Amino acid sequence: MNFDKELDAKGLNCPLPILRAKKALADMGSGQVLRIMATDPGSVKDFAAFAKQTGNELLSTAEKGKEYEFFIKRK
Amino acid sequence: MNMPTDQAALDALIRQRLDEILPQKLEELKASRTPSMTIIATKGTLDWAYPPFILASTAAALGWNVSIFFTFYGLNLLKKDISDLKVSPLGNPGMPMKMPFGPGWFKSINWNIPNLIQAGIPGFESVATMLMKQTIKNNGVADIAELRSLSVEAGVEMIGCQMTVDLFGFTRDDFIPEVKEYCGAATFLPMAQQADVSLYM
Repeated sequence: MNFDKELDAKGLNCPLPILRAKKALADMGSGQVLRIMATDPGSVKDFAAFAKQTGNELLSTAEKGKEYEFFIKRK
Repeated sequence: MNMPTDQAALDALIRQRLDEILPQKLEELKASRTPSMTIIATKGTLDWAYPPFILASTAAALGWNVSIFFTFYGLNLLKKDISDLKVSPLGNPGMPMKMPFGPGWFKSINWNIPNLIQAGIPGFESVATMLMKQTIKNNGVADIAELRSLSVEAGVEMIGCQMTVDLFGFTRDDFIPEVKEYCGAATFLPMAQQADVSLYM
């Protein structure tokens, strides 16, 4: 999937991946896509809830071994 | 006299239209409203510093309006230097005492040290605090100063309890300049009344 910006949140724990993602999205334009890599298992549910609440679209969630990959489109 | 009949018909019409329009209108209002949260932070130890700042920074990231009222020992969390926050396993039976280093089997041991011994060993609290800080670092959990600055940056309003400032002989100069205001219960309560979520910690 194409993306405009990447955030490495590997090794970070709750709530840092969400806070960093929020910050990264703030610097992006509407419709742009952010790719996030994380290792916190809680981030799967947290990013879904974050997207729902903020109106940014969670395009996909994938598990790659012990890593999680998210694509979020800025509203 | 016709009036009462017309009035009744009008009332019925209004009631019918209201039933049709109101649910959608309420949904719209709910969706456009910014959620809000107020937190009362009353504890000033390293472990209890986490819940208010984690929830406040996360709520702000979700787009909520957040205020934290720091009172009693919670006021410690607004000090300019919070690198000296401590945690005590003494009288804190819920706190696991585990080592943040060594092989897995060693790290998983819970060192069940009786309170009497904890209290008798000088420096026990400092060691426990050091171990906790190492555990926090090992697990990629943010340190408190970072979480606090993230909260401030995200627009969380920090409010100090004026009575506590006076009670413990602090001056406003002891605290970070980002504190929005110093006030009392009468200022905080109306804020809490309007909030969707209000938590005491």
